[in-house]
Amino acid sequence: MREFITGNEAVAHAVKLCRTPLIAAYPITPQTGIYEKLSEWEASGELKGMMMRTESEHSAMASCISASLTGVRTFTATSSQGLALMHEMLHFAAGCRVPVVMANVNRLLAAPWGFWADQLDSLSQRDTGWIQFYCENGQEALDTVIQSYRIAEQVYLPAMVCLEAFFVSHFMEPVDIPEQEEVDLFLPPFSLPHKFDIERPGFFVPVVPSELYRKYKQMAQASMDSVKEVSLRVDQEFKKMFGRGYGIIEPIMLEDAEVVIVTACSITSTARITIKRLREGGKKVGLLKIRLFRPFPVEAIQNTLKGKRKIAVIDRNLSLGGGGIFCQELRAGMVHSSDHPLIYSYIAGVGGTDVTPEVIEKIAFDATRRNEPSDPPIWVMEE
Amino acid sequence: MGLPEDQPNLLRPGHSACAGCGLAIGMKLVLQAMGPKTIAVIVPSCEGAIGGVYPNTSYGVPTFHSAFEIAAPTAAGIANALKILGKEEIQVVAFAGDGGTFDIGLQSLSGVAKNNDDILYVCLDNEAYMNTGIQVSSATPSFAWTGTTPRGNPGRKKNIMEIMAAHYNPYSATATIGFPQDLQHKIVKAKGIRGTKFIHLLVPCPTGWRTPPDLSPELSILSVETNIFPLYEVEEGRKYTINHEPRALPVQEYLLRQGRFKHLTKEQIQQIQMEVDEEWEKLKNRARKSFGRRKRGVS
Repeated sequence: MREFITGNEAVAHAVKLCRTPLIAAYPITPQTGIYEKLSEWEASGELKGMMMRTESEHSAMASCISASLTGVRTFTATSSQGLALMHEMLHFAAGCRVPVVMANVNRLLAAPWGFWADQLDSLSQRDTGWIQFYCENGQEALDTVIQSYRIAEQVYLPAMVCLEAFFVSHFMEPVDIPEQEEVDLFLPPFSLPHKFDIERPGFFVPVVPSELYRKYKQMAQASMDSVKEVSLRVDQEFKKMFGRGYGIIEPIMLEDAEVVIVTACSITSTARITIKRLREGGKKVGLLKIRLFRPFPVEAIQNTLKGKRKIAVIDRNLSLGGGGIFCQELRAGMVHSSDHPLIYSYIAGVGGTDVTPEVIEKIAFDATRRNEPSDPPIWVMEE
Repeated sequence: MGLPEDQPNLLRPGHSACAGCGLAIGMKLVLQAMGPKTIAVIVPSCEGAIGGVYPNTSYGVPTFHSAFEIAAPTAAGIANALKILGKEEIQVVAFAGDGGTFDIGLQSLSGVAKNNDDILYVCLDNEAYMNTGIQVSSATPSFAWTGTTPRGNPGRKKNIMEIMAAHYNPYSATATIGFPQDLQHKIVKAKGIRGTKFIHLLVPCPTGWRTPPDLSPELSILSVETNIFPLYEVEEGRKYTINHEPRALPVQEYLLRQGRFKHLTKEQIQQIQMEVDEEWEKLKNRARKSFGRRKRGVS
C-alpha cells in the first residue's frame, strides 16, 4: 500500500507493523507526531498495544528496559533534549542487553533554542552502546525500524533509528507500507533468553567485581561488532521480501571518482542530484552514504574507498574542539589505509541550515582545489 | 493462604546489612507478605548492598537493580508488560529509599501515580542518604545531624504522604517495623487493590541515627507513640484512617535516645513538639472528616 505521509507517520506505521505491544513516550517537538499517531491507533484499537505516557523521556526509557526484560517488544521516540535527558538510561539499556528500538528525530541541542535538524543529539550518544542508523527519508525510516527489531533481537543490543527534524519528520512523501502478513514473516515473535521468571528467581544487574565488568564489556563489544554482518544479512533478506535494500553504506558513482563526498541522512538525497550535475559538467565526483554509524562499518568503508585520493565528509553536526563527527570516525577508520587519502571535514547544515546543491558543489570544488592535508573543519555556507 | 508471618522468608539470611538495620527488617516483612509471585525492583541504596555482590544474592524473588531515580517507572514497565502477557497474578513491588523517593525519584513516582500503574511502591525511609555515608535528604527531620548538616538540618521533613494523597492514588499508608503485623496487613491489603499503592515505611538506621543496633524496634515504636510518625492510611486521597491511637509521649522520649539529636537545645525540642502536635491535629481532623472511618485493631 502506497501512502502520502510524513516521516513521523512512516515510523509509527513500522512500530504498528512490528506488533510492538508496549510503547513508552513523552512529547517533544518534532517527534510528537510519532507519539500522537500511535496514541490515535491505540485509542481506535488498531494498535494492539499499550501506551505508557511517562512524565519524562528518562522514565520512558526506564519502562522500556524493564518491560523488555519482562518479555515484550518495546518502542520509544524522542529528540534532542529528550535524548540528552535519557542519556543515563541509554547506557543502562545497552548494559541490560535489551533490544529496545527507539526513533530519534535529530534536532539541535540548546542553547540557544531551536527545533531544526542537527545530528549532535544522537551523535553525542555514540558511546552509549546503541546501534545507530541514519535514514535518508521516510521510507528508509519505516524500513529501518522493522530491520532494527530483527537486528536488535538477534544481538541483544538496543537500536536507535535517526531521522532529521522536518526534512524527514514532517516532509510528506509517498511511502510503501508493507503488508502485515509479510512483516509477520520477516519479524519473528519477541523472545529474550534473559527475563524475569518467578520460577527461577534471579538478581538482575548485581554489583560485579572489576574483572567481570571488563569481561562483560568485551562480550558486548563482540556482539556490537557482529551487527555489521547481521545488518547486511537482514537488509538482504528485507530486500528479497520487500524489494528495498540499503546496505550499511551505499557507494554511488565511485568507480573513477577523484573526489568522494561522504554524507548521511537527507543531505544524501541532495548530493545524489548534485553529483549527477557535476558529472554532466565533466567533474569526476562520487558519493558515499553512511547509514550505519554504530558500529562504524570501518572495513566496508576501507574497501569501498580503496584507491581514492580525496574524500570530503559533510557533517550536519559539530563536536566543539573536534569537528564534524562523521569525519572524525571516518578519519580514524582510514588511518591504516595504505592510500593515505586526503580527508577534509566540511561543516554544513548545522542548526538545520539548508544544504543546497550549490553548497555541495562548493564543497566538491573546494576539495578538488586542495592538495594539502587540512585538519580543522571547513565551514561552508549558502550564498 | 495463612498469615504472612507463616510465609517463607524471601530475604535470605547472610545478607550484608548492618546489625540492627531497620531497612532489612522492613524488606523482609514486605517480601514475606508479598509472597513468591512477586517481581521486585530495587535502586542504588542500602537495598543494593543487601542484595550482595555477584554471584551471591539474598533476594528470593526475581529482583531488578535499576537506576536511582526510577524505581516507579521501572516497576510500572514490568507491571504493564505482565498485563500484556496476561500474567497479572504476578505483582510488582518497588523499593526505594528516602533519597530515591523524596528527592531524586519524586518526579518519576509522581508520573506513575498519575497514570495509576499497578505497582506497590515502598519507600524505605531511614531519613538520610545512609548508603553513601549519612548525608541530608528531604526526609531528614529538623535539626538532625548528618554528614552534610554538621550543625543540624535547617530544613523540615517533606510530607510525602500528603504529596501522594494529592495524586488521588487508591492507597497510601505509613508503617514502621516496630508494628510488624500492621505493616504486613497493609501489604496484604495493598495486594488486593489495583493501581499505585504507596507505603511510607520508617526504618531506623543504627549507623546513621547514631544508636545501638538493638534499639531499632524500640525507636520505631517510640516514633509512633510520640506522634512523630503516626500510623495511618489514605485512600483515594480523601479517606484518612488512623490505625493506632498513640500514647502521645513527649518527643524527647524518642529524640534523646539518638546520637543524631544529642545536640538539640530546649527550644529546638519545643519547636519539634509544636510541629508534631500541629500535624497530629491536622491528621485527626482529616480522619474525623473522612466518612466511613473505621479503626482497625493492631498489636
